[in-house]
Amino acid sequence: MRRLRALIRKEFTHMRRDPRTLVMILIMPILQLFLLGYISNDVRNISAVVFDQDNSRASRALLDAYRAADYFSLDYVAYSEADVTQLIDSGQARAGIIIPPSYGGDLAAGRSAEVAVLIDGSDPTIANAALSAATFVGQAHATNIRFQQLAVRGPAAVTAGLPFEVRTRVLYNPDLLSSYNIVPGLIGTILLFTTMGLTANAIVRERERGTIEQLIVTPIRNWELILAKITPFILVSMVDVVLILLVGTLWFGVPIRGSVLLLLALSGLYLLPNLGLGLLISTFARTQQEAQIVILPLMLPFWMLSGFIFPIAAMPAALQVISRFIPLTYFLVIVRSIVIKGVGIEILIPQIAALSIFAVLLLGIAALRFRKTLD
Amino acid sequence: MPDTVIDVRSLVKKFGDFTAVDQVSFLVERGQVVGYLGPNGSGKTTTIRVLLGLLRPTAGSATVLGFDVDREAERIRPLVGYMSQKFALYEDLTVRENLVFYAGVYGMTPTEYRPRVTEVIELIGLTGREGERAGALAGGWRQRLALGIAIVHKPQLLFLDEPTSGVDPEARRAFWDLIYTLAEGGTTIFVTTHYMDEAEHCGRVGIMYNGRLVAMDTPSALKQSQLKGPAWNVVADPLIPAL
Repeated sequence: MRRLRALIRKEFTHMRRDPRTLVMILIMPILQLFLLGYISNDVRNISAVVFDQDNSRASRALLDAYRAADYFSLDYVAYSEADVTQLIDSGQARAGIIIPPSYGGDLAAGRSAEVAVLIDGSDPTIANAALSAATFVGQAHATNIRFQQLAVRGPAAVTAGLPFEVRTRVLYNPDLLSSYNIVPGLIGTILLFTTMGLTANAIVRERERGTIEQLIVTPIRNWELILAKITPFILVSMVDVVLILLVGTLWFGVPIRGSVLLLLALSGLYLLPNLGLGLLISTFARTQQEAQIVILPLMLPFWMLSGFIFPIAAMPAALQVISRFIPLTYFLVIVRSIVIKGVGIEILIPQIAALSIFAVLLLGIAALRFRKTLD
Repeated sequence: MPDTVIDVRSLVKKFGDFTAVDQVSFLVERGQVVGYLGPNGSGKTTTIRVLLGLLRPTAGSATVLGFDVDREAERIRPLVGYMSQKFALYEDLTVRENLVFYAGVYGMTPTEYRPRVTEVIELIGLTGREGERAGALAGGWRQRLALGIAIVHKPQLLFLDEPTSGVDPEARRAFWDLIYTLAEGGTTIFVTTHYMDEAEHCGRVGIMYNGRLVAMDTPSALKQSQLKGPAWNVVADPLIPAL
């Protein structure tokens, strides 16, 4: 215990003496959060095609509402549904608004009308903005009409529900990125960086300085050295989780529906396979540059294939198989389920099992390799 | 307590086809200062690394303080100190923090290491500079701190691997005074060097060449047995033009 305490205290001193790294660890998630959070929300003037089969005063009022809201730029007019899909297929328009012939009549009769909005899902960021804008503007307009109807005719003449509904359909890519997805997803990627990347570097640094040799000739055990190296990063990672959740809820309004405690506990579980990877890298790399060369190409597929940026369901089968071997894939399901859906531990058993297997495997291999290089 | 501190028998260490240490045998008695002399690449460092359990011997055997270096390295470690060629300092830690860290790593409690660290700082002449970062120290002082790190846990046997390489003559002389002080305190010292003049400071000297231990004896006996003709001690400044 005394040896371990001396080692851990030294790691914290290193961290204190290198405030730039510490600041980066704490600032980076916030920076990424704002970057990704805003990119996805701040889409304006989405080029849209309009197929107005009704062409009544009522339908023109709806289109005016869309125009006024600034989200859509109604650039094209179509005269058939085929025209609409053709314009979206070719990429000229990102969205199509289709108003049925009966729209004005239904409204006047107090029946519920349906407006269809088609959205090009190939760019998830734009599609996401278009999706929420289409729904939001539609509902706002529908509520307006309802108030007018109430004022003019009185409650008795009005059916239950809104006068019309916007039915949205996303083409090509039904799962969309949203800030609800990004905030939880960011927890996974930030933890990946702080654990895998920084752990590998912390150990390789000892090798670069030649201090590793000095440590080996002391009575320190391998596991003590490993534990001491990862402890500060586990703590900092947990601070990062809390930071991301705070900014996510307070600034971006992402509600945390599930248990924060469960989330922290499973974040801890998710750290283990990443620490194993970091340790494993440190047994191969002799310098910090060498470690970076391994880490960067590893991070990229983790980001791309884990479902953080692109939905796994939309990937080719081969890539879907690869995604199953990435711990982040499972953690993203866990964190999104807890934050967005508020599920409990019983739903997440398969993901927890997968992460546990990764943890045992990676830490085991790393510990074996670690001993060998010390010899 | 065994009187033989190091017992090496027909030790061989190969790296692939290259034989770094070839059939080396020698004994070191308690309290001796033993020099291990030889050019770079002659197998000095490899020998030390095998004795410390950092490398496994290819053939032969070696015991340190009665423990087998291959099977019982963990039992040797608390009893020996090691100072490597690259001074293993944490540059972002202060002088005191470096010493306290290694003391803790050897399992010393604060009540044990507080007086000891102060004592070591005094011994290596860094009193008043405890709070300086190790990275800010000049070469000679870094060397002394590295020695302090190697002795903070009061080892019975001290391995010094080219401790004086890259430091100026003044610092070298001061460093050897320190080594004598430690030896007088009963520490056995095994030191490698490629400086002839330093070998003369040792009680016994081994000469390594191409992985083989060519001879091991007292400096004066070595002069008689190994050198044909008389040996001259040349003192000149500057040396090369004078020769």
